[in-house]
Amino acid sequence: MEFAIRCENLVKTYAGKPPVEAVRGVDLAIRPAECFGVLGPNGAGKTTTIEILEGLLPATSGQVEVLGKHWGRHDQEIRQRIGVSLQETQLSDRLTVYETLQLFRSFYERGSTVERCLEQVSLTGKSRSWVKKLSGGQKQRLAVATAIVGDPDLLFLDEPTTGLDPASRRELWDIIRSFRQRDKTVMITTHYMEEAERLCDRVAIFDHGKVIALGTPNELIALLGAEHVIEFSTENHNGDSRSSGELDWMERLPTVDHVDEIEGQIRLTVAQPHIVLPELMQNLAQRNLRMASLTTRHASLEDVFVNLTGRQLSEN
Amino acid sequence: MARLREFYRQPEAVFWVYFFPILMVVALGIAFRNKPIEEIKVDAVRSPAAETLSEALASDPRIKLTLLDREECAKRLRTGKSDEYFLLDGESVEYFLDPTRPGSIVARNTVNDLLQRAAGRDDPVTVTDYELDEPGARYIDFLVPGLIGMGLMGGGMWGVGFAIVDMRIRKLLKRFLATPMKKSHFLMGVMASRLVFMIPEMILLIVFAHYAFGVEIYGNWLAIIFVVLLGATQFSGIGLLVASRAKTLESVSGLMNLVMLPMWTLSGVFFSYERFPETVWPIIRLLPLTPLIDALRAIMTEGATLASQWQELTIMTAWGVFSFALALYWFRWHD
Repeated sequence: MEFAIRCENLVKTYAGKPPVEAVRGVDLAIRPAECFGVLGPNGAGKTTTIEILEGLLPATSGQVEVLGKHWGRHDQEIRQRIGVSLQETQLSDRLTVYETLQLFRSFYERGSTVERCLEQVSLTGKSRSWVKKLSGGQKQRLAVATAIVGDPDLLFLDEPTTGLDPASRRELWDIIRSFRQRDKTVMITTHYMEEAERLCDRVAIFDHGKVIALGTPNELIALLGAEHVIEFSTENHNGDSRSSGELDWMERLPTVDHVDEIEGQIRLTVAQPHIVLPELMQNLAQRNLRMASLTTRHASLEDVFVNLTGRQLSEN
Repeated sequence: MARLREFYRQPEAVFWVYFFPILMVVALGIAFRNKPIEEIKVDAVRSPAAETLSEALASDPRIKLTLLDREECAKRLRTGKSDEYFLLDGESVEYFLDPTRPGSIVARNTVNDLLQRAAGRDDPVTVTDYELDEPGARYIDFLVPGLIGMGLMGGGMWGVGFAIVDMRIRKLLKRFLATPMKKSHFLMGVMASRLVFMIPEMILLIVFAHYAFGVEIYGNWLAIIFVVLLGATQFSGIGLLVASRAKTLESVSGLMNLVMLPMWTLSGVFFSYERFPETVWPIIRLLPLTPLIDALRAIMTEGATLASQWQELTIMTAWGVFSFALALYWFRWHD
């Protein structure tokens, strides 16, 4: 088996007036034992794509192959070998954690014991609690547990950490990492770039139903041409600096690759911040502009997205 | 199994399923308890002849005679405040009654008898009345199988329908679809868990009716359990079918009511469907609730055997199989 998942020219159009083109020609090839991230803003077609690959939605057109098999012909075989965590499933409130896992375990021919699975997601202590009484992070860990209790070769996680606090998010990352260590394939959608950068071997960035960039996080960041970002805002800011030509001088500063302005923040992508910064300050002073905020950091996938689309990926 | 656990952890649901039918039996059993026909409300148009005769009528304690003027009498009959009125005029009497009301006819005959006797009629044949009050033939005996049927219908359909739609809203059905779970196993599991709730409910109802109202079972217990199981199966199948595509609790309740309403009225829960025109009986008999109630009634009150009810049992089996198969085919697993 060459690829864990392969799809070619995947299209999904929802009927309606007007019809909604959720996915408009996606090609993906995910290798075994890879952790593959699908990154993009809400409505980019991430969930539709992953649900087609999970066999939950029929594709309008295109080829899909999962673990070398095809939906429609080998459904049962594929389902025995994949684990799925959907974006928003509410498991039965009045079952205990243990019972929930027992139920899901009963669907699979093979798999780990419920006890072992509880250990993997650190819910052993909660095994007798009702699902209703769990915290958001615990519920999400249980959802992942129901996905891995059948010991799948391929795990699909649709926004597993959305809405969780940072600590719970990190706990979930640990679970996913330890699952991966057993040479298993993971496909995960998220709109947190930090998550994609830390967890994924390769990332596809989705926008408007298409893949707009694909590669390892480092490759994608390298696409920017420069690896540092300086962000600042000025006090007497007058809105649209691009049209007033105010950004032109910034682009001429040494090692600056390009300049964006988003919501009043000016963002410079630069190769060597220690050279740019003194000149920037000097220039601002000459123009009588006072700096209101300043940050410098390594470029992230967020910057890649901004660079590609001119928009911010997520609100935070 | 999982559905069972979920259920007994909802105390309010337990209350509705188990105690509501019993409350219903109590209320209806008291309302329709066998008692001699109460008052016969008779009006007479005021006249000297009527006043003399009111003494004769007073010999029957059930008759409550009121003397009024003619217009008032007519109005009271129209609005159902009296059962009939009569106009006495020397040698002749005129009765005004509503022939569609049994009470009205009883009143007319009772009053007529008394008036004729007071006028000197001699009954040539001696008459003695024996009142029927044997268990098995009273209204409550008729009612209990009807209520069991109604309970099975409501419980099966609501229980299954709501559970399914709730799981659909929670996207739990979609989550199950992503597992190798067999769809038919799941649907059968939902139905089976419903059956398990039904049995104690029905036993409770029968036992209660026995101790509180002396309702006797003339047929075989096992036969009754078999019919109850078959009835619960067919209605949980129909519940599945009704819920197979509904997306919200509102739409599923609407559909449920639409399906159940004809059966509440037509299938003979509270009164025999033989009161409807004979031409529609075959159609009524094909409704799922009718054969269930008919078979239960025959077994409980007449002591009929299971084999004698084969027609009813066939219709019920057909409904169960048909609705389950269609539900399986039709089922919407995700939004």
